[in-house]
Order: sequence, then C-alpha cells, then structure tokens
Amino acid sequence: MKVLFRNVAEMVELCESENISISELMIRQEMNVKDLSYDEVYGQMEKNLDVMEKAIEDGLKGVESHSGLTGGDAVLIQKYMQNHEPLSGDILMDAVSKAVATNEVNAAMGTICATPTAGSAGCVPGTLFAVKNKLNPTREQMVRYLFTSGAFGFVVANNASISGAAGGCQAEVGSAAGMAAGAIVEMAGGTPAQSAEAMAITLKNMLGLVCDPVAGLVEVPCVKRNAMGASNAVVAADMALAGVTSRIPCDEVIDAMFKIGQSMPTALKETAQGGLAATPTGRELEAKVYGINLKKE
Amino acid sequence: MKYKSVFDIIGPIMIGPSSSHTAGAARIGRVTRSLFGREPKWVKIHLYGSFAKTYKGHGTDVALMGGILDYDTYDPRISKSLEVAKEKGIKVQFHEEDAHTDHPNTARVRIGDDDGDIELVGISIGGGKAEITELNGFELRLSGEHPAILVMHNDRFGAIATVTQALAKHELNIGHMEVSRKEVGKEALMVIEVDQNVSDNVLKELEAFDNILQVAKVVE
Repeated sequence: MKVLFRNVAEMVELCESENISISELMIRQEMNVKDLSYDEVYGQMEKNLDVMEKAIEDGLKGVESHSGLTGGDAVLIQKYMQNHEPLSGDILMDAVSKAVATNEVNAAMGTICATPTAGSAGCVPGTLFAVKNKLNPTREQMVRYLFTSGAFGFVVANNASISGAAGGCQAEVGSAAGMAAGAIVEMAGGTPAQSAEAMAITLKNMLGLVCDPVAGLVEVPCVKRNAMGASNAVVAADMALAGVTSRIPCDEVIDAMFKIGQSMPTALKETAQGGLAATPTGRELEAKVYGINLKKE
Repeated sequence: MKYKSVFDIIGPIMIGPSSSHTAGAARIGRVTRSLFGREPKWVKIHLYGSFAKTYKGHGTDVALMGGILDYDTYDPRISKSLEVAKEKGIKVQFHEEDAHTDHPNTARVRIGDDDGDIELVGISIGGGKAEITELNGFELRLSGEHPAILVMHNDRFGAIATVTQALAKHELNIGHMEVSRKEVGKEALMVIEVDQNVSDNVLKELEAFDNILQVAKVVE
C-alpha cells in the first residue's frame, strides 16, 4: 500500500529517472495501493472511458435537464461546425461541444464519469474525444489519457481540493482543465515535465474562479465553465508543447489555488448565495425552478 | 492522504447531476440497504443543510431511494426510483429539517418492515465519497483513511472471534476496531478498519456465521 508520489515535482522526477510516462507511473501506483494486477486497473479505467464516450454521444443527440435551464447547446455547436469554419478552430470547438455535451447529460441525470467531480466532468472527456481526431491514438492511449489526468487530479485532491464547496470552481473546473492539459501533452508526445507546465499554465488562468451555481444546481454556469475549461486546456497544452514554461512551478500554483479557496467567501463556494446565483435573473430562475413566487418590490 | 486511488479522481461512474448530492446520496442509501439486508416496506428520510435546501433539484431524494432499492451510483433506474418504490408499495417520506448539523450534506435514514428496522446517519463529503457517522444510535468513528466494515451481531461469546479469525484467514490486517453494545446480550456492533480491501465474498462468509446479523462495507 505504498504511494509513489505526493506532488507534481516528485511525479515528474520519478518519470524521468525511471524513463516512464505519467500514465505508467499512475498505473503502477494504483497497482501498489490497491494490490491489483495491471489488467484489473486498466480494465476499470477502460469502463470509465466507455461511459464518457456514451455520455458524449447522448449529449450530441440533444438532452434537456429537468429544470429546463440547460440542454441543446452541444447540438447547436456541432451544427454550426458543419456549416462554418469555426474562428477558434475545429479541435477547440469540437472539445467545447463535447465538454458541453457531457455536462448537459449530467444535468439531465444521465450517466457520466466524475472527472474529478460531476460538475466538472466535461473537461477531460471533451478534450480527449476532440484531440483524438487529430492525434489518432490507440484505445490504450485513450485509457492512458485518463490515468495521466488522474495523476494530476490525485495531487490536487490531496494537496489542495477538488470540491467547489471547499475551494470554489477553480478547484473543480480549474483542476479538471489542468488535468486535461497534462494528458493532452502526453498523448501528443510531450515530456512529463511539459505536462506539468501545461497543468500549471491552465490552473494559473483559472485561479479565483468562484462557484456560484444558479438555484444551487449543477447547470448554470457549470456547463459553460466546462466549455471554457476544455478550451483553456487545449491552448495551454499547445503552449507547453511549444516549449513555454510557467515561471511559478506547478506545485506552487496548486498551493496558491488552495489558499485562494480558503480565503474565498462562503457566499461564493457552492451556496447559491453570491455571484451569478444572486443576480436578478439568477434569482428569477431559482424561483421558477422551485415554484416560488417572488415578491414584487 | 485523503484520496488514495486514481478512481477517486476519475470516477465514480454515476447518474448526474452532482457527485456530492446525487452519487454520495445513492451510496448512503445503498449502505442502509445492505445493512438492513432486504427490501424495506417503509422509508423515512430526514434531510439537513444543503441536502434539505436543494434535494429536489439535485435528485438527492431519488438517489437515496435508488440506493435503498440496491441500485449502484451508475444505475439508470435511479431516476425512476420513487416510482418503483410506489409500485412496490413501499411507503416513502422525506422531511426537510432546519437543525444545524456538523456537515452540510447530512441525511438520517430509517428503513424497516414488520420484522425490524434500521436507522443511520450518513454524510456526503464530496466527489461521490460518503461516510456513515451513526448506526442504530451507535456513534461511529471512522478515519475514512482505510477500508472499513460494519458488523451488527448478537452480543454472545465467540461472535467477535469468528469474525477476526475469518479476516485473519483471508490475510486482512485489522488496523482499528471498536465494539459497542447498548444492553448485555442484545444487539451489538463491530466497527473494523482493515489495511486491505475486503471482497464481497469475505462479507458473505462473515454474514453466514452464527450470531452475525448484518455486514456492510462502508469505506472502500
């Protein structure tokens, strides 16, 4: 039951000294901790991949949540892409539509895989099934993408937080986007150190993001936050692959995220008391969802 | 380290929309069911904190009921669980409570039939992870750091020894263990934290012993 790495620096160092990928290190650690064989660990992750693929398929067919607040945007984006050349590029918009598809399915009480949470479940699969069309990975490389994402998430969860109630949206979508960025780099042939740079660059640009869901539901703005998290991840991965590095090391960015989360007011941490939830329209939607009459003042 | 497995991060597979308000709630319901050991005839659930305020929007109610029907976090039947319960003639009540609890996502679950009932308090701590803090009036003190099982048993000599011997046979090392009872010779509870994961086969083996009433795994 031995944990091999506790932070990103240790993770990268181990990968370099053993000459292995981050996904391989994560698989070895899981085998150690759970006392399982390679096939058992791999097989369980492959099931997660199947669920993600199905969720995207369902979302691209079009779904609507019980509250009626979300649904149908993934379809709109895909249709737009069929008739237009997206200004931000095919892969970016494909990632966005698939992240949105996943979170729309989640909001509609469909089946998803939490990565690392349900509210941030779109970033990792959204980017995976978009860059897949460019990189043409094997099924095994796709499963490994999830282990690489998981390795970064593992560090964040243990050294900071992956809970919106504890750390705001930066802890959920911020972490998810950073996890995705690290995994894109590995799939594209980058080094473990470049994966860490991509994670750092992504998370740096998600710092301070608050968790302010309208009516307390995992819908508005969560679905679109996943869209932007996915695009942030793709851009940061490209930057890291180009050789751009973060002046602040990845572990220190994660630590900064944790401290920002601690000093964030409770009203902005999944309580539906502040931010977008407390706007006039946010309150109106909330009243509608719960069938409450707003007093006219 | 609070999170030990990559599958705490990539996973669980679950019905949306919230890992804490839906998947965690389903897990609380399912532990209640596995401790009760059969389908109940009635269900009374008290919701506290954020659970009480947002349960309808998050489907916390259908998730808890789904768990009580023995559905896993990813079972699509969860969304129809209240209808299934109605068809089966199970009486279901939800109560929204104002009382302040230590954790924002807390549920007190009571289920039963003509032959008995069970009551527990569960909290959902995030990412789909859930903890049981109270069972039939017994307060549980689980670290959450190690796999844990609960064993309801009759307060008789040898009951504890049979369980610990069986765990030893399967090379499962006990790191922490508590035994409590309310009255001599009546119902008692063992809370056992072990270093290795406990398979379902081991649980079944324990359940078959004399004087063992119910066995459930509460921490993976």
